[in-house]
Amino acid sequence: MDLLIIFVSALLINNFVLSYFLGICPFLGVSNKLSSAVSMGMAVTFVMTITAIVTWPIYHLILAPYHLEFLEIVSFILVIASLVQFVEMFIRKTSEAIYDALGIYLPLITTNCAILGFALIAVLKNYTYIETIVFGVGAGLGFTLALVIMAGIREELDFADVPESLKGPGITLLVAGILALSFMGFAGLIK
Amino acid sequence: MDENKSYLYDFIKGLWKENPVLVQLLGMCPTLAVTNAVVNAVAMSVAVVFVLTSSAIIISAIRKFIPGQVRIASYIVVIATFVTMADRYLAAFYPAQSKALGPFIPLIVVNCIILGRMEAFASKNSIFRSILDALGMSFGFAIALLLMASFREILGNGTWFNMRVLGSWWDNWMVMILPPGAFLTLGTIVGFSKFLQTKFKKA
Repeated sequence: MDLLIIFVSALLINNFVLSYFLGICPFLGVSNKLSSAVSMGMAVTFVMTITAIVTWPIYHLILAPYHLEFLEIVSFILVIASLVQFVEMFIRKTSEAIYDALGIYLPLITTNCAILGFALIAVLKNYTYIETIVFGVGAGLGFTLALVIMAGIREELDFADVPESLKGPGITLLVAGILALSFMGFAGLIK
Repeated sequence: MDENKSYLYDFIKGLWKENPVLVQLLGMCPTLAVTNAVVNAVAMSVAVVFVLTSSAIIISAIRKFIPGQVRIASYIVVIATFVTMADRYLAAFYPAQSKALGPFIPLIVVNCIILGRMEAFASKNSIFRSILDALGMSFGFAIALLLMASFREILGNGTWFNMRVLGSWWDNWMVMILPPGAFLTLGTIVGFSKFLQTKFKKA
């Protein structure tokens, strides 16, 4: 039951994009086409799950026992960056189809603050191993959800008559604001 | 004379013409997340000024020794070191602030403004010019942050820097402090600054 709560809360209530403001750069950058939004979302979910699997043991089995918590930032970012590189190489060698779908997005994700932010928040919340992984999947899917909704709206927006200075980022942010407003409605879902 | 002008330009360009937040749209995450109160915005700005300037000094000093292939990784290690220092300092001396900002101080590591300036400027220019550029960019970031935070705190809470500015007749717009307010404020400010910039270009 707890796991379900963590999952739903990461997916809807504390949506990474719309309430934690993590991963805003890809949210603004890649949300102009539905197909690329789906690929980006999948790539983030994938990397986030792997990050969950790897960073938890690093923090709780290596850093915490030796009182090296201050190395958290440096070690997380290095591990995530090299991990993404490995995953990219592995996918390129093994599956052409997956590489075509996710390939170009993987390097971009290294400096996506959603990933590092996720790892740091999971440590702050003191989750167990299983909880961290569930939290990772939920947060990744929540990111995908926000990105896909946004892309859908922006494809329609191309036909709308937007004032010159609001074109591009301006209107996207305003739409995101309204989207965040409606996501606040989920807040009552879990007491 | 010409050289002085370009030094001055290194500093000035970050404030408005190439403002990292309002024009280049970099570093959006902290901009949206920490601007619910002016105090948070100030703490964040100070941290960014420190991290950006110190990393610019180090990286432009060792720029000739970093091999091209591993330069991004080296930048990240340098940046992460300074971020850790800022994070620990804040946690030790201002625990309440550190708590309010949550993971956003550590997240300066992946702030695209910092990595972007290292790659675009500090790795190619002298230490002095890199410092000017870093200061200009971080002050530009601070200006945008303070602007956002002022709007949000005044409208959402009737206060500025925890001082009451609007009387008791003011109905707080709660939404401005909550996440949607961040998007709405930034969207409006970005649109407005774009409007001003196109207008001045024509004139």
